[in-house]
Amino acid sequence: MKRKLLVLALAVVAAGASLCNAQGRTGSLFINEVMVQNDSNLVDDFGQRSGWIELYNAKFAPLEISSVYITNDRNNPTKYAIPLGDINTKIPKRQHVVFFADNMPSRGTFHTSFKLEPGKDNWIGLYDSDKQTLIDSVLIPASLPAGASYARTADAAGSWSVRTDSGADGDYITPSSSNIIRDTNPKIETFAQRDSNGFAMTIMAMCVVFSALALLCICFMAISALNQRAARKKAKAEASAAEETEAVNTPALGKDANEEIAAAIAMALHDHFDAHDRESAVLTINKVKRAYSPWSSKIYNMRQTPHK
Amino acid sequence: MTDVSFGDFLLSNLQQFWEFTGFYNCTWQHLVMLAVGLFFIWLAIKKNFEPMLLVPIGFGMLIGNIPFNTTAGLEIGIYDEGSVLNILYNGVSAGWYPPLIFLGIGAMTDFTALIANPKLMLVGAAAQFGIFGAYMVSLALGFAPDQAGAIAIIGGADGPTAIFLSSKLAPNLMGAIAVSAYSYMALVPVIQPPIMRLLTTKKERVIKMKPARQVAQSEKIIFPIVGLILTCFVVPTGIPLLGMLFFGNLLRECGVTTRLAKTASNALTDIVTILLGMTVGASTQATTFLTEKTIFIFFLGFMAFIIASASGVLFVKLFNLFLPKSKKLNPLIGNAGVSAVPMSARISNNLGLEYDPSNYLLMHAMGPNVAGVIGSAVAAGVLLGFLA
Repeated sequence: MKRKLLVLALAVVAAGASLCNAQGRTGSLFINEVMVQNDSNLVDDFGQRSGWIELYNAKFAPLEISSVYITNDRNNPTKYAIPLGDINTKIPKRQHVVFFADNMPSRGTFHTSFKLEPGKDNWIGLYDSDKQTLIDSVLIPASLPAGASYARTADAAGSWSVRTDSGADGDYITPSSSNIIRDTNPKIETFAQRDSNGFAMTIMAMCVVFSALALLCICFMAISALNQRAARKKAKAEASAAEETEAVNTPALGKDANEEIAAAIAMALHDHFDAHDRESAVLTINKVKRAYSPWSSKIYNMRQTPHK
Repeated sequence: MTDVSFGDFLLSNLQQFWEFTGFYNCTWQHLVMLAVGLFFIWLAIKKNFEPMLLVPIGFGMLIGNIPFNTTAGLEIGIYDEGSVLNILYNGVSAGWYPPLIFLGIGAMTDFTALIANPKLMLVGAAAQFGIFGAYMVSLALGFAPDQAGAIAIIGGADGPTAIFLSSKLAPNLMGAIAVSAYSYMALVPVIQPPIMRLLTTKKERVIKMKPARQVAQSEKIIFPIVGLILTCFVVPTGIPLLGMLFFGNLLRECGVTTRLAKTASNALTDIVTILLGMTVGASTQATTFLTEKTIFIFFLGFMAFIIASASGVLFVKLFNLFLPKSKKLNPLIGNAGVSAVPMSARISNNLGLEYDPSNYLLMHAMGPNVAGVIGSAVAAGVLLGFLA
C-alpha cells in the first residue's frame, strides 16, 4: 500500500513538473516592442537596417527560447523556429533580445525567415515548441509611421503605444532595453520625497511587525486554550473511568479487602499469564544477525588509527 | 634582446618582488584595520565576548587587510572575481549564508517559553522599534532610504538578518553593517545593563513572574508550522529567513528527524558560522571600509541597540499597566526583545538575580528573546518589501 502511494505521489510530481515545463514560457515571454519600417534605427551585424521584434523575459530566472516559433502568419505557426545550440537564446532574467525580421535566417539565430510589411496590419505570434500553444501575439496597426515602434507602455504591460523617439514623456524607442528608462529606484525616490524623516515607514513597519506577532500570539492563545480544554476533558474521562473500575471491583473484593490481598491477586495473575514488562534489550547467548548498512558503520565515521 | 647585466637583472627582479610585498603596499589604513582585527581576537579570547563570532571575524579582518598589489591581477582579494575568497564570499553577497544560520538557530531554539506565554511575543515586537528609530536617525544624517534601512537593521541585534538585508539593499555598506552588528552583539553585556537600570525602579526589578505552564509536544510541533504560515502570509519577503528558522525548529520538535536537527544545529551551523564570520571579516578591506560612512554606521548601530533595549523595557512597563497584579511582567525581560539569543536573556537573568537572588528570569526572558528573532526577520522582510 505504502509503495503504491509512493508511486502515485511520484507520478503526480512528475506530471506536475512536465506541465510546469510546458507552461513555463506562457506568461513569462512577451513580444515587447516591434518596429516595422526601420529607416534610422538599429543596425544589425551586417550593417543592414530592417524591421525588428523585441522579446522580453519577465521571469526572475533565465529563460531558454530555442525551439520557440516566431511567425507573422496565423495559418503557419512554425514559420521561424529559433534554432537550438546558441547560448544567446537563453535570455537572462528580466532581459530582452531583438530579432531582425529580414527574411535572412542564414545570417544567424536572430534573423527571422520573414519580413514585416509596411503599410499593412502585421500580426506577430510566438508559439511554444509544441507548435500549438500561443505564448503571445500582437497586431501592429498599418498606420504605424516609418521609424516609429509599437511598444508595450512598460515591460510586459498589457497596453501598447506608438513611439516616435521624440524624448517627450518617455517617448523613446528602446530595442534590447527596458521600455521605461529608469536611472533611480522609484520606490526609494518616493520614500525619499514623501517620508524624508522616516515617520511613515516607522508607523507602517511597526504596525506590520506588531500585527504579525499579535496574530501569532492570538493564534497560540487559542491553541493553548483548546489544548488545555482537551487535557481537562481527558483527565475528567480518565477519572470517571477509574471511578467506574473502582465501583466494579469494590464489591468483589469486599469492604475488608486490603492491600495485601490486592498484591496477592496481582502476583497470582502475573504468574499465571507469565506477564512481564516490555524490555528494551534482550540478553542472549545466541548469535544475532543484522543487515549491514554503511549508514551506521563506524568505519565511515571514525578516523583510522595512524600506523607507524 | 637588450643587454642587461646580471646585477641589474637581479636588482630589477628583487625590486619587482618588493613591490608585490605587503610592506611596500602597506598604508596606515591597513594598519588600523589589522589593529581592529587583533582587538576583536583579543576581545574574544581574553574577555570571552562572543568568541564564536569574533574570532572568525577578527581573523578574517587580518586576512582581508594584508596589503598586496591590487593592480597586478593576482586574483587573491575578496572582491576579485573568481578568487577563492570571492567564491566563499558568495554566500554573503548572494545572501545564502544567513538563511542557513537561521536553519541552525531554529534547530537550536526551544520556543517553549514563548508558547507557554504568547503575550511575550509583543515584547519582541516592541523591541524592533530600535530598527526604525535608527532608520529615522540615519535619514536625518543624510543616508538614502535603502541605505538607512540596511543600517537600521543593526537594531534587530541579529547578524544574519543584518547581512541578508544589507546584501539586498546596500551591498556597498555590508561589511561595515555586519561588523557593527556583530560587535554590538558581543558588547550587549556592556550596553544593556545601564539602560535597564536607568529605566526601571528597584520595586519593578524584583517582580516575580508566575512560572510558565507545561507545554504539550503537539503545541511545539504546531508552532513552527503555524508560525511560518502566519508570519510569511503577512510578510512574504521574510520567507528565506523565517522559512528556514521554522523549518529548523520543526526538525527539532517533530521527534522523528533528530539526526537532521543535530546536523543543522551543530555541524552545519558551525561550518556556515566559520565561513560567514571569516568572509565578513575579510570584506572589511581598508580601502573600502575606512570611510566616514563606516563611522556613522557604527554610531547608528550603537543608537539602534540603545533604542531597541529601551523600547523593550518601556513596553513591558506599559504592558504592566493593563495586567492584573498576579500576572505582572518583570521589566528586566524587556531588553531581551532584541534577538541576541541567548545573551540578552542571560543579562535579564543576571540583573534579576542581582536584586533578588531567588528571582530567576532566564526562561521568562527567553520568550521575548526568541520573539525578537521572529520580529527582526519580519522587520527585515518589511524593509525589503518597501525598499527593494
